[in-house]
Amino acid sequence: MRREGTVNLVMLALLVAVPAWAQLTGETFTITLATRAVIFALAATGLNIALGLGGLVSLGHAVFFGVGGYAMGILAFHAQNYTPLMDWPVTLPGTKSMPVIWLVAILASALAALAIGLLSLRTTGVYFIMVTLAFGQMFYYFAISWPAYGGEDGMSIYLRNGFPGLNTLIPIQFYGLCLAWLLVVLWLNARLARSRFGLALNAARQAPQRVETVGLDPVRLKLVALVISGAITGLAGALFADLNRFVSPTMFSWQLSGEIMVFVIIGGVGRLFGPVAGACLFVLLEHLLGDISAYWHVWLGVLLLGIVLFGRGGLVGMIAGREVAHD
Amino acid sequence: MTDPVLAVEGITKRFGALTASDGITLDLRPGEIHAVIGPNGAGKSTLIQQICGSLVPDAGRVRLMGRDVTRLGARDRARLGLARTFQVSALAMEDTALQNAMLGVLGAEGRPWGFLRPALSDPALGDRARAALERVGLTDAAATRTAELSHGQRRQLEVAVALTLDPRAFVMDEPMAGLGAEGSQQLTALLDGLRAEAPILLVEHDMDAVFALADRITVLVYGQVIMTGTVEEVRADPRVREAYLGDAA
Repeated sequence: MRREGTVNLVMLALLVAVPAWAQLTGETFTITLATRAVIFALAATGLNIALGLGGLVSLGHAVFFGVGGYAMGILAFHAQNYTPLMDWPVTLPGTKSMPVIWLVAILASALAALAIGLLSLRTTGVYFIMVTLAFGQMFYYFAISWPAYGGEDGMSIYLRNGFPGLNTLIPIQFYGLCLAWLLVVLWLNARLARSRFGLALNAARQAPQRVETVGLDPVRLKLVALVISGAITGLAGALFADLNRFVSPTMFSWQLSGEIMVFVIIGGVGRLFGPVAGACLFVLLEHLLGDISAYWHVWLGVLLLGIVLFGRGGLVGMIAGREVAHD
Repeated sequence: MTDPVLAVEGITKRFGALTASDGITLDLRPGEIHAVIGPNGAGKSTLIQQICGSLVPDAGRVRLMGRDVTRLGARDRARLGLARTFQVSALAMEDTALQNAMLGVLGAEGRPWGFLRPALSDPALGDRARAALERVGLTDAAATRTAELSHGQRRQLEVAVALTLDPRAFVMDEPMAGLGAEGSQQLTALLDGLRAEAPILLVEHDMDAVFALADRITVLVYGQVIMTGTVEEVRADPRVREAYLGDAA
């Protein structure tokens, strides 16, 4: 097995062992931190499909995170207030069921990604970055000015949503759900990267002209990648909202888009476990340095600079070698 | 006379005051290699772009197997069987030679929408891609990343990707560019065998290759066709000597 495979296995073992240890010793806060890291990893894995495979530098992935979050918020808000989601043409109630919320979050963020992709994929390079950023800001200000769902203050959801057979209020059980999702998505990502679509998308990133010359449409390939990517980040948004039992416009903020991208870059663009490494390190630093100084982002910035300047390939690349696995 | 596979009918392209293509007419018949030569700035690249669909001519038509494709984009022309190779290799550098060839098969089949099954172990893709690599002599380099291939091998890979498309016609933009004498000879031998499969429109600077391969040669100067003829006719023509060969020979 390649070194990257070993590195991935170690990370996987830590994702299981650390919360298990925390559970045994009663450190519930550590479990909450780990849940946060796993959800961020999921969001960043979504971005990694667009960025690492498709080469799409999207600075608007908070849109999908926020759409997923608000999907949860709106459904649960109506359920806890016993008000229908809509009355016409059919009466739709809200819901506190996670599977339904996930489905809605995935579909809604995929739809948002489709719309944004159709408009933004006409551009490339720095213009694409700017257009996705602009969409992020649009959603952000829309959420702020939407009084029905809390406006600037956001919405509190009093009880975490339910999953059949589990008590999601117990941190380790909710962590298990989030980790299960991360593993499923990582597995899908690994399959995707090796599939026909992955092959074509990879080539569309490196040599769009070539892809066109063999009769394929690079823009359509990238659009599909963006939709898959957005759906995954949207799912992460729904889980994040459930973790905090709170939804607010900051889920749409460009800072969050930037953070999701930082996870990917720190961990390693295009590496399967890159987003996992990046998100875990971020949450760890946030916790450790955040206690020492409110200005801990400075040190994150230094770390990011160091990795971009000296360690291309991110953390995973630095440990496992530069070559991306191809088998 | 058999119908031409590819026909360029009086195409004209202007960029401001510059007329890059000035009523160019030529055709490509089954089984032939038709070379287009001309000094730098003669408009060869512009011509190729119009034939392959990345540039729309101001006037004139391009026909592929009798069908007017002037308004079609590069992708549609590729689907109709036009295989192009690039002067500067446009390959996925991080991918292996085999993966690049597989991309061609994906395009030829028009089915890139598989999301879960691994492509590399898919015999439907692999067999055809490996056959193309074997044709160009790259079997041993199949698992090598394109970035690590030699320049000559990349030129061969360009041809291999074109081969996977099972094309009706090849359009090759200076396939010999940057090759040494040996590489050039190898590729010449390869192209020589290809014409039976599909005719080749060959834009080339390497005169040895052109004279060895071409059934017909069209000479382009300042966007105009000054003559089309056999190798002997072109060699003997004083205008060609003056415009092109004169300063080379």
